[in-house]
Amino acid sequence: MASSAVEQAMAAGATDAECTVSEGEEFSAGIRLGEVETLKEAGSRGAGLRILIGRKTGSSYTSDLSPEGIRLMVSSAIELAAVTTDDPFADLPGTGELGSLSGDLHLYNDDVAGLQPGFKIELAKRAEKAALSVDPRITNSEGASFDSHLGRRIFANSRGFAGDYRSSYCSISAVPVAKQGDSMERDYWFSTARGFLGLEQPEDIGRKAAERALRRLGAVKVETQKVPVIFEPRTARSLLESIFEAVEGRSIYRQASFLQGRIGERVASEGVTVIDDGTIPGLFGTSPFDDEGVPTRRTPVIEKGVLKSYLLNTYSARKLGLKTTGNAARGLTGNAGIGHGNLYLEKGARTPAQMIGGIKNGFYVTELIGSGVNIATGDYSRGAAGLWIRDGELAFAVSEVTIASTLQQMLTTLEAADDLEFRGSTASPTVMIAEMTVGGR
Amino acid sequence: MVFSESFFASKFAIQRQDLENYLSDALSQGGDYADIYFEYLATSMIAMDESIVKTATQGVSLGVGVRVISGERTGYAYSDDLNPEKIRKAAKVAACIASGPAKVEKSPLHEGQKRNLYPVLTAPNELGFTERVDLVKRAEKSARDYDPRIFQVQATYADSLRHVMVANSDGILNFDRQPMARLSVAALARQNGGAPQHGHSGGGGRVELDFFLTEKTPEHFAREAARQAIVQLDAVEAPAGEQTVVLGPGWPGVLLHEAVGHGLEADFNRKKTSAFSGRIGQQVASKLCTVVDDGTMNKRRGSLNVDDEGNPTQRNVLIENGILRGYLQDALSSRIMNSPPTGNGRRESYEHIPMPRMTNTFMLSGESDPEEIIRSVPRGLYCANFGGGQVDITSGNFVFSASESYLIEDGKLTRPVRNATLIGNGPEAMKFVSMVGNDLKLDEGIGVCGKEGQSVPVGVGIPTVRIDRMTVGGTA
Repeated sequence: MASSAVEQAMAAGATDAECTVSEGEEFSAGIRLGEVETLKEAGSRGAGLRILIGRKTGSSYTSDLSPEGIRLMVSSAIELAAVTTDDPFADLPGTGELGSLSGDLHLYNDDVAGLQPGFKIELAKRAEKAALSVDPRITNSEGASFDSHLGRRIFANSRGFAGDYRSSYCSISAVPVAKQGDSMERDYWFSTARGFLGLEQPEDIGRKAAERALRRLGAVKVETQKVPVIFEPRTARSLLESIFEAVEGRSIYRQASFLQGRIGERVASEGVTVIDDGTIPGLFGTSPFDDEGVPTRRTPVIEKGVLKSYLLNTYSARKLGLKTTGNAARGLTGNAGIGHGNLYLEKGARTPAQMIGGIKNGFYVTELIGSGVNIATGDYSRGAAGLWIRDGELAFAVSEVTIASTLQQMLTTLEAADDLEFRGSTASPTVMIAEMTVGGR
Repeated sequence: MVFSESFFASKFAIQRQDLENYLSDALSQGGDYADIYFEYLATSMIAMDESIVKTATQGVSLGVGVRVISGERTGYAYSDDLNPEKIRKAAKVAACIASGPAKVEKSPLHEGQKRNLYPVLTAPNELGFTERVDLVKRAEKSARDYDPRIFQVQATYADSLRHVMVANSDGILNFDRQPMARLSVAALARQNGGAPQHGHSGGGGRVELDFFLTEKTPEHFAREAARQAIVQLDAVEAPAGEQTVVLGPGWPGVLLHEAVGHGLEADFNRKKTSAFSGRIGQQVASKLCTVVDDGTMNKRRGSLNVDDEGNPTQRNVLIENGILRGYLQDALSSRIMNSPPTGNGRRESYEHIPMPRMTNTFMLSGESDPEEIIRSVPRGLYCANFGGGQVDITSGNFVFSASESYLIEDGKLTRPVRNATLIGNGPEAMKFVSMVGNDLKLDEGIGVCGKEGQSVPVGVGIPTVRIDRMTVGGTA
């Protein structure tokens, strides 16, 4: 179907075209206090088309994959190419750049499709039950859920690329609520995997979620002060997202990143190595080709503190006079943007316990809220909650505070611990930042 | 409009009897309630970047979602194919949640009440593209002309036209045509090789294209974005710790959205997981505060003639003189809590289960002169513009990021400060409101609210407000 849309576009006057078709089946069971609360099941499909007429681009999408729907999608894109401006950098990848990784990347696991709804509901029930039985202070629950998704991605372009791959995904999560006096806190834990056998036991997920909610009870606001800050892996992952935003090609060519123009320079402490790797079998950031039909690869972004590479799609690469790094990413609408594969911070030597043990007065961050990261300036200011470190131990819960610094300063004093694990398409071990401003009382 | 002339009846030949049949299928396994939601959404977007029209895209999505409620259980299925067999299949899948003999007699359908808040004859995306392309070109030029230190401008115009039809087992049948348009401008400024600074502005609503030619022009948004970027060039470090904070009028109303709005959505309160649970009738803000959620405002971004469950929107008082008055309801929560619907059942699309959501949320004007409010503060922070915010419903802690703010020194605005996050606790923060200005302003129509993975357009508003104590996340 993707190839047929490309052919129709070329017949209608396009000089180049690329089409993405996406199909998915979703299942979601939400349970709360032991009863099924929501059950959702459905499938959907959609297509997106981008065409070039010379150096003018038009794009369109549809959820109607009937011949009439495809015809409308093609004529819509052609119509729009007339209103855009000639852009000398607009192009598809060169023929030599197209391709797909060979071999099984373990993105699709048959066992997900075979799971019966009753069994999936039972898994969520087990997770919630375990959470509720950890402690009498776990008094309520936002519920637990089992979600699964089966997808297929098809891509074709007018330079001879045609490829497709299937993917599967399942997850269990639990969100218990802890209460003591006036203090009420919730937290969550989850496990995701490409196949059912990769999931953690529901009881472990529930227990961990409950322990997390319990340790937040009785949180206080601390005095405003400058202290060392430790991010546990779940919150440290957000730093990888910020690094991504600062090295993706669009921020670079727009000169809207604090890392623009700094290739080859020292931008972080020597212990910082950040890799983007879209080729690791079975992980969530893995695919055989990117959303322009370019094979994914392993790209060192920061190596021992030195900025090595930006992450690029074809357009941003051409703007910068570089080559694509196979990081094109797109939904069905618009032009291809830029995404990451598995973007991770390499682990360091010390354990998290050793790090905490070495701090007299500091903050261990387990939750971040808000979006206060400015990639252009590097200014960093977010809401935080977690545990206060006193004399090398996690001493009491803290909330309603902010943490602030700049990404530049944070990176140059960052130390990674040894507990890296992949729970999504970004991954980080526990990290320590030498000093940040904690805003409180 | 009568049913036979409605969009889905005329374009997809859907008969009233078809809807009755689908609802019967949905209730065939039992259940207390069922509804069916048809959606046809056409969107277009034009973006100018680096002085060229780089992106132009348009498309359509359509589908139908069927829901069955049995007690507190919800079954949901959807189809992107309006073929009757596919719809009946979805109805049967949704019905699986409710086992046992049918519990309700389905009421015959009749057309429900609705408003006419956006009598848009020709939606922007029913026109050709030339005029819309012109809007982004004008915006881009105006932002660049504002100041030579502006070095990057992005101007984006996006619109949509959504046709919806909802029928439910209570007998309500409703349909609506929901236009939306938005123009936004982002600018980057730099001086002497320093760090680039952002400015952002935008607005729109359920309006005709003429709105951007006569009421809020591309130049209006462009100059505002450029002005904000230029102001930031001289910004100093933000203070850290508790401060007296003055919020400027308009978009800083996002404070209300985060601090109280989400916490008053009925689903969290029914489950007793909100920091506001069980607090109706209690003092949760200073007496100066009256907060309203109003889905019935003409042409506004958060307004709806009818919510996504077929109920007419209304004006709901959430907090009256500091006392918590009510929650925002959807069909499920209002059934369980035995409370009337408030017209707040919304969903992102046919693929999503409705939830209680805000519409346009704002605080009513008080009596203070805004100038006098600033003069009353010896030392503090004045926040003129915000970026986004977020809230943890259960603890009540919320944040928002101040994108344009100034130090207040001896009752005067002095230096601009760098972006900083402000944090507070919902049921506590608004008790420290000590002055409310007489200058209520609504935002210009750019808000998007996210909840459990679903995004919906909303509006916010606030007069100038003094808050005696709030934690500011700076570094100074």
